[in-house]
Amino acid sequence: MKSRNEMDAEARCLLGELLAKDKLTARDRASIPQQEMPSQSAGERIGNTSEVALGYTPAMARLEAMRCLQCPSKPCVSGCPVAIDIPEFVKAIAEGRDADAIAIIKRRSLLPCVCGRVCPQEKQCMKNCTAGKIAGDPEKSVAIGRLERYVADLERESGRSVPPPVKPSTGKKVAVVGSGPASVTFAVDVRREGHDVTMFEAFHKPGGVLMYGIPEFRLPKSIVEKELDNLRAMGVEIRTDFVIGRSRPLKALLEKDGYSAVFIGSGAGLPKFMNIPGENFVGVFSANEYLTRANLMKAYDTDHADTPIYRAKRVAVLGGGNVAMDAARTALRLGAEKVFLVYRRTEAEMPARVEEVRHAREEGVEFLLLQNAVRILGDEQDVVTGMECVRYELGEPDESGRRRPVLIPGSEFVLDVDCVIVAIGNESNPLIAATTPEINVDKRGHIVVDEDNRTSMPHVYAGGDIVLGAATVILAMGEGRRAAAAVNRELAGA
Amino acid sequence: MNNRIISKERLSENVWKMTVEAPHIAEERRAGQFVILQVDNNFGERIPLTIADADTAAGTITLVFQTVGATTRKLALKDVGDSIPDLLGPLGRPTHIEKVGRVVCVGGGIGAAPLYPIVQALKAAGNKVTVVLGARTAELLVFEKEMRASADSVIICTDDGSYGRKDVVTAPLKELCSAVPPPDQVIAIGPPVMMKFCCETTRPFGVPTVVSLNTIMIDGTGMCGGCRVTVGGETKFVCVDGPEFDGHKVDFDNMMKRMKAYRKYETQAAEKEAAHECNLLKMAKESERERNEKQK
Repeated sequence: MKSRNEMDAEARCLLGELLAKDKLTARDRASIPQQEMPSQSAGERIGNTSEVALGYTPAMARLEAMRCLQCPSKPCVSGCPVAIDIPEFVKAIAEGRDADAIAIIKRRSLLPCVCGRVCPQEKQCMKNCTAGKIAGDPEKSVAIGRLERYVADLERESGRSVPPPVKPSTGKKVAVVGSGPASVTFAVDVRREGHDVTMFEAFHKPGGVLMYGIPEFRLPKSIVEKELDNLRAMGVEIRTDFVIGRSRPLKALLEKDGYSAVFIGSGAGLPKFMNIPGENFVGVFSANEYLTRANLMKAYDTDHADTPIYRAKRVAVLGGGNVAMDAARTALRLGAEKVFLVYRRTEAEMPARVEEVRHAREEGVEFLLLQNAVRILGDEQDVVTGMECVRYELGEPDESGRRRPVLIPGSEFVLDVDCVIVAIGNESNPLIAATTPEINVDKRGHIVVDEDNRTSMPHVYAGGDIVLGAATVILAMGEGRRAAAAVNRELAGA
Repeated sequence: MNNRIISKERLSENVWKMTVEAPHIAEERRAGQFVILQVDNNFGERIPLTIADADTAAGTITLVFQTVGATTRKLALKDVGDSIPDLLGPLGRPTHIEKVGRVVCVGGGIGAAPLYPIVQALKAAGNKVTVVLGARTAELLVFEKEMRASADSVIICTDDGSYGRKDVVTAPLKELCSAVPPPDQVIAIGPPVMMKFCCETTRPFGVPTVVSLNTIMIDGTGMCGGCRVTVGGETKFVCVDGPEFDGHKVDFDNMMKRMKAYRKYETQAAEKEAAHECNLLKMAKESERERNEKQK
């Protein structure tokens, strides 16, 4: 793989040729190769926790932006859950107006540094991109996320980040439960209208999954903290160490504490387990626990952190989503010699982003596909000594059209591991539902909402994973935005 | 500043009692609930401690802890007027309190502290409450005075016979269960091994037995699953399903092994910390000496 400097030199050269032309034709634009994301090499990055992707240089960003065909129908925008005016900001970069680009993005999103890094663009904005359609691969679309990250980082690093304007105070108070992406988006949109917003976070640091879940090497925590500083600069009050439902009943916020509306963005909860023998042995973790120890509690920093992490040599991760990739790659960085990723279907069915799968493979994670765990083995101290697995083959397609994995009889074998990380998703968090009977939940415990994200309890809204089940950062943000619009309407009418 | 330490008392060599300003926790807490605290906002661990008492008028809660790990050692170095950087609560389901008749409450070691609000609540609900307190030696016995003021009767056991009966708590528990009729309920809080044997003692008598578990936790709100235990063959989360469970169904052996999961790392950390801690203690002692001299 080429170094960032080599990539930049090539980009400058091509950019010079293109800028020399009077006008770029569609053919010129389509012939520009997609600019690869410069990254730390696999060998280098598993020895540190620094960010893997290094970001575009100005020449690379401008060149990539020039690939945009400026379709009048803006198909990319319809794929964006928060409807950022993508062609406009890309055009600004192509014309060298980076500051305009970030201003356009921030009209719709307060978290561009985050979204530019963790959104599954290939399934959203980039899915509909004409450049990608010409290439026959959404991965080859205009790299919208990388461009978003580029301008967002420029602004952040300049230290001239401007918080969105806030209207004069209405004197009305709105409470937000949780401080992850849904809650942050909600808080910004409601605060813009001049309402007082208080955000309640159970952990000692705000940010939700951005802080405890997504690893440093994919989303540096200093960036999340900076984005939250913008929230504070707008006048949003963030109260940590406070869990609604226990520290204070939700009802009391409305009835006693003077809040006019409440938004619940409490996120995923209760990690799912396989329900196989041995799952409570020492050395078996939910991905949530493993990642929280590593990220929020900084267990990787053995010189300073009090929270220990299980030091394993051979790790099995169960699951095929982004969280599974994060856990596998974290285990490597914490010194595992061998990491297996065990998944029941094939790579094509993996819910993880293609880029995450590729990064995991590059770093040496071994994929055991069409295999699954049936039992975890332990010694007399209940410490993990291995994991019994079985193999599958692909059978007839099921109702979703995917070929169903069929167990191969007699295929049992033991995988030699000393740690198992279960990353097969989450149930919903039971705390709010258990302490607030007025709020209806479905049979899986997710809060039931209408098209405005309104719950069954008056003045109470919900969004993000507590409604959707495990989803993505950007989908949660879309939910927060919708709920905020409804709350703003409710408060304006009252 | 929130979470200010109002008073600090050394109950025995390694056991401390602190009253902490936390008005909203004092207001919302019910018997059986716990808090999670952190002494260092950046690098500290999050540990659960059961609430021993609360004063809603003063807006304070009482915590009793034993110095066993990094956080409890650092907490013990805090002085009156200092603040605990992070304090979250109340967490967990409150104890189910109703009038059942005759209840035996067993507290081992500092387990007596979280047992105290339960005894008070059981009495307030109209139960007849017998308290059995056990400790290795007289010096380690806590909350005896409070219990005597609240319970109908109190039985004391010490392993070395330095105070009360020279016995383990299961001996009087067995006698109480042998009575006709046996008690209507037993609540046992203490070291896991004590709770296990209390459950084994009451099982043949069919006396319902509640235990309060204090496992390793991180978030304490049902997100991480680090606290999970096997209860009646099912996985339960102590933080949101507990902390109290039907003791006859708890897999104590697995729980005790899980609680030891990090001992190896903690020992290493403690050794590494030893040199550093000496300095801290030196500083603490020096500041104490200075204060004393000033007072003179």
